[in-house]
Amino acid sequence: MSLAAAPSGFLSPTGVEIAFVLVGIATVGAALVTVSTKQLVHAALWLVVTLGGLAVEYLLLTAEFIAWVQVLIYVGSVVVLLLFGLMLTKAPIGRSPDADSGNRWAALVVAVASATTLVWVVVDAFRATWINLDGAVQGSTKVTGQILFQHWVLPFEALSVLLLAALVGAIVLSRRTDRKNGAR
Amino acid sequence: MNDVLDVALRLVAVLVVFLTFPLVVGQTEHKVMAHMQGRLGPMYAGGFHGWAQLVADGVKFAQKEDVVPANADRRIFQLAPAVALLPYLLVLIAIPVGPHGFVGQAIDAGLFFVLAVMGVGVLGSLMAGWASANKFSLLGGLRTAAQLMAYELPMLLAAASVAMAAGTLSLPGIVEAYHWWWTPWQIIGAVVFFTAGLAELQRPPFDMPVADSEIIFGAYTEYTGLRFALFLLAEYAGIVVLCALTTVLFLGGWHGPWSDSVGWLWTLIKTFVLAFIVIWLRVTYPRMREDQLQKLAWTGLIPLALAQIALTGVVKVVIS
Repeated sequence: MSLAAAPSGFLSPTGVEIAFVLVGIATVGAALVTVSTKQLVHAALWLVVTLGGLAVEYLLLTAEFIAWVQVLIYVGSVVVLLLFGLMLTKAPIGRSPDADSGNRWAALVVAVASATTLVWVVVDAFRATWINLDGAVQGSTKVTGQILFQHWVLPFEALSVLLLAALVGAIVLSRRTDRKNGAR
Repeated sequence: MNDVLDVALRLVAVLVVFLTFPLVVGQTEHKVMAHMQGRLGPMYAGGFHGWAQLVADGVKFAQKEDVVPANADRRIFQLAPAVALLPYLLVLIAIPVGPHGFVGQAIDAGLFFVLAVMGVGVLGSLMAGWASANKFSLLGGLRTAAQLMAYELPMLLAAASVAMAAGTLSLPGIVEAYHWWWTPWQIIGAVVFFTAGLAELQRPPFDMPVADSEIIFGAYTEYTGLRFALFLLAEYAGIVVLCALTTVLFLGGWHGPWSDSVGWLWTLIKTFVLAFIVIWLRVTYPRMREDQLQKLAWTGLIPLALAQIALTGVVKVVIS
């Protein structure tokens, strides 16, 4: 997805565009290592590199707020949660014998298909759009907040209700097993 | 050219602060702890009240052999101290010290930048805990992760309350908008923020993850020499960052008498008073148990932070 914006550059790319493509390549590379490495914890750590690379891409597109939220939520919380789960269950140093899945070809097909769909949608939607990086910042906190709470407030509220439902569901699920154990 | 020079100077200044302030806090901790416990603390190194003790410590650390356990994951083990330390350097860039642009680099979403990057530092402890191939280290890593997940939320909520009050996420902007009555208004948020920050730094009484007398310094058990020193430096740099942030968000940063000329001094004084409190807490309270830690975060701090946000919202609507 990150590479999709690159072809829109003109014949003489600017420094930002070159940096964008380079970071994009590094991000995709890190993502590939994430799914192909045989060491579980290394996969989680490569995920940090991938998500960090994405944050840098947002920064290069002047979407500063989104970039920091990306770092805060994904690197700071989701990966920590992942690592916590790995440490709690099984995280051997060295190769994990069961890190190979028989489904890997099916997974590859699904991944390529979804990547193609996403890239196609993004390219199709933003084909002629050109972000002027030198002009007024278009991804600042203020702009993001105004757009989010004026134009997209309904999806925002729908999402928050969805998350609340998930939260309540998680609590219910965890408490039910608790009570069962207590009854025994 | 002038711009380049300006940026370079600011970065050098931030680096100097990063290298000296944690040492000052460390030395203060030596002496303050000693006096609170009826001892003298270091007295010999350097002659005058042992001022050079930390320099001597540094030399000692540098001379020690850098050991990597045979079964450890070598690369991650060696990378972990850098991951733990560097985020604090980055955070210092965004913290405003005085009025009129006395800041390393003003960032639009500075508050989010600071919290996001501080969260990355904990990855260093997790990496160290896992890569050491040591049960105590793994336990320490687990506790670190659990603690982080519990205390990240109240910290964010408390910070969000300040951002709501100021109407901006930029750190200089927040200090700019400060009035004296903010401190009583945001006092709950301030306490929550400071407490959660202490827990995130794994300072006593929240030092269950490193608990030196139970799991032998947790994630850092296997570290020696310079790498261990880097972890210690990260802890003290963290104290500086946390105190400076609390100052900027809740105590009005450079505001005070004659703030136009000596504003930076006010920031420094407030920061060091808070650092003193951090040390004071370490000497005062016993270590909390793991379940007490979790309970404090989930049933104490988070409701308090939510109440603070509600209060901020109500007051904000009333005065606007």
